Amino acid sequence: MNDVSNLKPAPEADSAATISAEMPAQEAESRATISADPPAQEPAPKADSPAKILAGAISNLEQKVTVRNLNFYYGDSLALKNVSLPLCAKKVTAFIGPSGCGKSTLLRVLNRMYDLYPKQRAEGEVLLDGVNILRPEQDLNLLRARVGMVFQKPTPFPMSIHDNIAFGLKLYEKLPKSELADRVEAALKRAALWDEVKDKLYASGLSLSGGQQQRLCIARTVALQPEVILLDEPCSALDPISTSKVEETIDELKENYTIAIVTHNMQQAARVSDHTAFMYLGELIEFGITAQVFTSPEKKQTQNYITGRFG
Amino acid sequence: MPDHIVKAYDKELESLGRKIAEMGGIAEKMLSDAMDALIDFDTRLAQATVDSDPRLDLLQRDIEEQAILTIARRQPMAVDLREIIATIRISGDLERIGDLAKNIAKRAIKLAGEMHIPRATIGLRSMHESAAMLLKEVLDAYAERDAEGARAVWIHDADLDALEDSVFRDLLTFMMEDPRNISFCTHLLFVSKNIERIGDHATNIAETVVYLVTGETLPMDRPKGRTTLSEAPTTVV
Repeated sequence: MNDVSNLKPAPEADSAATISAEMPAQEAESRATISADPPAQEPAPKADSPAKILAGAISNLEQKVTVRNLNFYYGDSLALKNVSLPLCAKKVTAFIGPSGCGKSTLLRVLNRMYDLYPKQRAEGEVLLDGVNILRPEQDLNLLRARVGMVFQKPTPFPMSIHDNIAFGLKLYEKLPKSELADRVEAALKRAALWDEVKDKLYASGLSLSGGQQQRLCIARTVALQPEVILLDEPCSALDPISTSKVEETIDELKENYTIAIVTHNMQQAARVSDHTAFMYLGELIEFGITAQVFTSPEKKQTQNYITGRFG
Repeated sequence: MPDHIVKAYDKELESLGRKIAEMGGIAEKMLSDAMDALIDFDTRLAQATVDSDPRLDLLQRDIEEQAILTIARRQPMAVDLREIIATIRISGDLERIGDLAKNIAKRAIKLAGEMHIPRATIGLRSMHESAAMLLKEVLDAYAERDAEGARAVWIHDADLDALEDSVFRDLLTFMMEDPRNISFCTHLLFVSKNIERIGDHATNIAETVVYLVTGETLPMDRPKGRTTLSEAPTTVV
């Protein structure tokens, strides 16, 4: 990395104490309400419910990305209000919330996609391995190689399946031809697409079905061996079978990558994610273990949203 | 809590809740009728109690089917999911309570001809009062989504266990006094076991209500009663 000189003192990712001390305010607050549960009158010592033990466990995880006091502006309008949350390493974090709540905006901040547009700006900190990626001197190409993104609509390049993946690889690395082929194959396998395309690698990427195109985009992202993968409603244009395949892919990818996914499909969030963040009107309302958020959320607003009530 | 955006969803949940209330009413009536029949040697009432059990079974099956359909149709989350799981569990407990009451009623029919010692049922009456109270309170707690009320039931079931201990001692004494008492005392022993198990089902319902309201599960081991068999008040020695 060429920006070592700009390193702030990184949080020691392996020390639980450091992390809990630096735990984002929102999470600290929600956990505080958990432990402030009034003791019931029964004499037997009250065992913690599994959900509570799980909730406590978040703070012990390594944080790959830490968002701190993030404000985001589209011109004059404030789209994210003081958002703080972690993306834990090798976990899937789902962002849910009604349209316009800021979840896609948050995702776009994580690899500074917003930089492409004038008048959009972010305040606060987004730490990737302890380094603030919002600082002006951040190398954006490097950042986007480390933090890959897959969009709502499949966006294959108008070239062959092989080249769709090789294109990005050639930009970042000089690889001999044989190794290039290996990397393409590995990426396609990662994205659970290899078996379907291995006999037609030089057919156009656009000839694939929607679900296959989306997995091709995932393969393209994975090929660069990023550390974090951002998925912005990756399944909203896909049929249920393709959706299942993408979800299976996500399950396999999280062994090696930190994943954030924005989805309007609550069942999908419940199925694929480890942690869930519920956002509303630019604010982070609740962040917690997915199992808990979907069975007994802490906040009324979360409950009303995920149960389909209007509150 | 605000209504669902989809109104039919609310109707489905309300309908499930109503059916639980109906099952609760039937189960309560079966228990009290069965005990009245036992104590008053009323075989006709006993038979009527036995005959009302199929209605309870039918309702339970109904609730189960409807709950499964709602899960398939709505993919319920959070409190809705807990609500539906609660109706499945509670309907199961109420159905079992009905079976136990029916069993008491059947014994009432058998015993009608041969009951010898009226005082043998005194302890059973207090057990019945205690169980009926637990059942009523837990059904109220369900209707009002009252976790504290449910917790109280959960703790007070221990009283019923203590009463069972003392009934056991009484009946044992009658059997030792005269072997001819053994047959009907054995029936009464089963009755006391049935009432005790009705209390256990009320406790299960209480646990479910706490889960429904708070999302928390109660600890595995309930606090033990103030009395155990060894230190039970010795009414008959």
